[in-house]
Amino acid sequence: MVGQNGRRVAIVAGCRTPFAKSGTVLKDISAVELARLATRELLARTEIEPAKVDQVVFGQVIPSVLAPNVAREVSLLPQFPKTVPAFSLNRACASSGQAVAEAYDQIALGQADVIVAGGTESLSDIPILHSRRFAELLVQASRARTLGKRLATLARTRPRDLVPVTPAIAEPSTGQTMGQSAEKMAKENGITRRAQDEFALRSHRLAAQGTADGRLTAEIAPVFVPPAYEPVTTDNGIRTDGTLEQLAALKPAFDRRYGSVTAGNASPLTDGASAVLVMSDEAARAAGYAPLAYVRSYAVAAVDPGGQLLMGPAYAVPRALERAGIAWKELGLVEMHEAFASQVLSNIQAFESDMWAREHLGRSGRVGEVNRDTLNVMGGSIAIGHPFGATGGRIVTTLANEMRRRDVQFGLVSVCAQGGMGFAMVLERR
Amino acid sequence: MSAGSGTGAFTTVMDDGVAVVSFDLPDESVNKFTRAVRAEFAALLAGLQADAAVRALVIISGKPDIFVAGADIDEFVAARTAEDAARLSRVGQQLLDQVATSPKPVVAAIHGACLGGGLELVLACHYRVASDDPRTVLGAPEVKLGLLPGAGGCNRLPPVVGLRAALDLILTGRNVRPNRAIKMGLVDELVPRAILRDVAVAAARRLADAPLRRRPRGGAAGWFFDRTALGQAIVLRRARSMTAKQTAGHYPAPLAALDVIRYSLASGQVLGLPYEAERFGEMAMTDVSRRLVEVFFATTALKKDPGVPPPAPAPRPVARLGVLGAGFMGSGIAAVAAAQAGVPVRLKDADLPRVGGGLKTVAGIVEERVRRRSISRREGAREMALVSGGTDFAGFRSADLVIEAVFEDLELKRQVLRELEAVARPGCVFASNTSTIPISRIAEASQRPDTVVGMHFFSPVHRMPLLEVVVGARTAPETTVTAVAFGRRLGKTVIVAQDRPGFFVNRILAPYINEAGRLLMEGVPIAAIDAAMTAWGFPVGPITLLDEVGLDVAAKAGHVMQEAFGDRLAEACNLGALVADGRLGRKNGRGFFLYRAGKKSDPDASVYGVLGATPAAPPVDAAPVAERLAFAMLNEAARALEEGVIAQPRDGDVGALFGIGFPAFRGGPFRTIDALGARTAVDTLSRLAETHGARFAPAASLLAQAERGGRFYPSHR
Repeated sequence: MVGQNGRRVAIVAGCRTPFAKSGTVLKDISAVELARLATRELLARTEIEPAKVDQVVFGQVIPSVLAPNVAREVSLLPQFPKTVPAFSLNRACASSGQAVAEAYDQIALGQADVIVAGGTESLSDIPILHSRRFAELLVQASRARTLGKRLATLARTRPRDLVPVTPAIAEPSTGQTMGQSAEKMAKENGITRRAQDEFALRSHRLAAQGTADGRLTAEIAPVFVPPAYEPVTTDNGIRTDGTLEQLAALKPAFDRRYGSVTAGNASPLTDGASAVLVMSDEAARAAGYAPLAYVRSYAVAAVDPGGQLLMGPAYAVPRALERAGIAWKELGLVEMHEAFASQVLSNIQAFESDMWAREHLGRSGRVGEVNRDTLNVMGGSIAIGHPFGATGGRIVTTLANEMRRRDVQFGLVSVCAQGGMGFAMVLERR
Repeated sequence: MSAGSGTGAFTTVMDDGVAVVSFDLPDESVNKFTRAVRAEFAALLAGLQADAAVRALVIISGKPDIFVAGADIDEFVAARTAEDAARLSRVGQQLLDQVATSPKPVVAAIHGACLGGGLELVLACHYRVASDDPRTVLGAPEVKLGLLPGAGGCNRLPPVVGLRAALDLILTGRNVRPNRAIKMGLVDELVPRAILRDVAVAAARRLADAPLRRRPRGGAAGWFFDRTALGQAIVLRRARSMTAKQTAGHYPAPLAALDVIRYSLASGQVLGLPYEAERFGEMAMTDVSRRLVEVFFATTALKKDPGVPPPAPAPRPVARLGVLGAGFMGSGIAAVAAAQAGVPVRLKDADLPRVGGGLKTVAGIVEERVRRRSISRREGAREMALVSGGTDFAGFRSADLVIEAVFEDLELKRQVLRELEAVARPGCVFASNTSTIPISRIAEASQRPDTVVGMHFFSPVHRMPLLEVVVGARTAPETTVTAVAFGRRLGKTVIVAQDRPGFFVNRILAPYINEAGRLLMEGVPIAAIDAAMTAWGFPVGPITLLDEVGLDVAAKAGHVMQEAFGDRLAEACNLGALVADGRLGRKNGRGFFLYRAGKKSDPDASVYGVLGATPAAPPVDAAPVAERLAFAMLNEAARALEEGVIAQPRDGDVGALFGIGFPAFRGGPFRTIDALGARTAVDTLSRLAETHGARFAPAASLLAQAERGGRFYPSHR
């Protein structure tokens, strides 16, 4: 369908680095470098003329202090002319989904024909900050005119000033961590430990299958890690041999006594990047591409972070479906970002509930019934991992590729994000 | 206001009492001091000296990235006697004296290449301001042409930068970049290009107001070695012994320069300048200088040669490069392409660990340059970012040129060619980096044989300056010029060879290597063979070369040559037996030589046993050894030219110089024969043929030349 507001927008191709648990194989590669590696491989695989790229848009949740506009670092890859503009954005875990949406908007409106959209995150390489007081002393010392004054300023440092400040994955507005929010949702929505563990196990099994049969691997740009340059080709969080018993044995991470969210049924901290080539239909066809899918609609929503933090998708999805002009039952494939099993299951519960729909959406009936056979058919973030900024690009790529394989007409992307936000996008095959 | 007539090379603009003289030689890409330019400059200087409105002068270039490239080489090449050449030197000295003794201060504003006579000009100025641009280089490359700085350079450089830095510049001919130049005191100020002129003008005004006082540099040790008679004597003695060792009696110019510098320090410039002119004249008449100048002209001409007879089509642009095979050669090519041509390169190999190995090799080459500070860390990162790799043809569909560097096997090369053609864009050039397989045989597998060509790189690619472009039977001229042009973008000196076994370089190498093997089997010790050829002027001897190339590679190449040319190029020593003995040369640390911790040490005496040779006891007379080796190569070069493997002697000489380190002072095989005379060459070869076998039978072209008194090059003196 032609976007209601303009030109048709194609997902031409996508690829990503392997997703690696932070602190493992990719720990010495910066988020900027990961983004560049994913993009460089996308350029090679699509053979796109780099000079034809009108814009590069990348998402990153915890940017580097030294290279805050990661997208520009990507568009300064020597493969590109130096004249490709770029901007970076942050919609938390939906950032690279938002990057694709941004590409869609610009192309639909005729502002661009070819956009590389993606996202990146290295949770091995997060900025650690000095305390406010120590930072102030350093600034004062750097302004001191004499060595004596400089030393005198630094001498005012107290031991506790030296304790570094680490960014936490917590809501600034409520102080609650993601895990605590997921725990809260499990309790309030009655999501059992067993249901969460089963869902996690399913994620691993399907991801292992998708890796073994090459469908996931095909999307991965091998990363050659210096100094040995040994190739890393697969995600390293996927468990091929996990059991429900093993998952059940894990201790709850956020509420030791009554909790049900564990390291096993939550997505791990991960390093990785993804990149997607988005083009206007005309440009794609003129260049001889057969697009994987088209963007039909997208929507974002936000809820009170103090309520159920990760329920955003339950609001964004019906909005995106409405804009697409289709019903849930027309979806042939659904890709939901799995921050926590409790979050996915809570959202599914909401989609399937008439009462929830009446109360929260003012609809007469439920959004739809979720067919487990077409949900996250190659697993999700619990198994594959979740580099915050990169996940949206991964999901769009995986969905578009699988839509082509199965020749499915409609597919849905759903991502929950920090700040109570939800992101949804509908893709269509033809 | 514009001054002078004639060349119109100088334009003068007044800037509040300072005359800014801009040097821009019309219809030339570089500024150089020709006869006409010198006259015009002298008249201009005299006029400005007489002009009361002028308080000071600034000399600046009107060329984009050249200050002054030097003197006019053609002019002293035309000199017939040492006295003629010395006169040219004195003329230059007098002109620059006019600058140096000017009562009005002269300031040089340097951006771009400031070499040879250009450097001597700025040394005569009273103050030097240079741009901090990477394109600014200063140097005295005269020794590279077998000469010495003859327009006052040997006299003026030591007082400016100190003796040690002066020797470093003059004896090596190396260029220095701006930040080295300011450290050694060669320039007084380093400024951004945008303000170069203004800073120079301000300096000129300052100097007109008050004389400049320079502080001596380098501290106590610097003062001792650079400025005291005793320290200078120590430095000079050490420099002489090092130079004598490095030039091995083959290159007289650096030693002559040392003589001039020593004399100038002891006796002052008044006597030093005439002595400099005298020695310059003497050097200009040496055969060494003639050969080196010829080599310079040959490489310069080669840079403009499109590689095919006219009318030459335009080369196709190469924006993206594919390299098949991520081994040492493939990754070397990738590294050089990223560094020199700045193109994105895609490597392909059978599995990812091999691709990773290739990327590691690329990283090693890049990092070495970062470590040596020849590039910055950022530039290194940029080069690395240009090279990526995989196991499929991703990135190859849009490549304009694909170079294969897979294992040396005809069927394999044909297979990769077929695979590539199935996906490549029409017009994509396929270049094979084979050293032994005929390009035309590979091209038989092609749907588009006109786009198939050979690009024979030498290992290690990032160090070896030569590239042989090999033209197959069906290679289109457009394909050849594309390969030649891209080879130049890689910074290589490119010669074009026709598709005969061994092309040119390995063709002339084969009988040379074979003869070394024969000598070995006859009982000449390894060390004596190598010593004979290093004394003849090669950087390494033939046996060391075998270890460097790899005995397996050499055995294979030798076999191909024997098959193609029969007994004449038959292998004399059984390299196969050495390979079977686990000796591959340097690469596995076992060969003709012993290797300790990766470093070559003594010859391995156990080699003789494996080959069944008995080494004679030293001393061995080097002359007959060198004669056999050299003439085996010279004769084969003549044969290759007869067969049209190369288009002209120039290409063969340059190929031998840059491909196998043929002694530069001999100018290459064809120059060597011309210097001997064809008659002498034929007589020697006939004698060798009688004693050692028909393989030495003189080439037909040599016989013809001997009969009719011909030469390879026209005689120009």
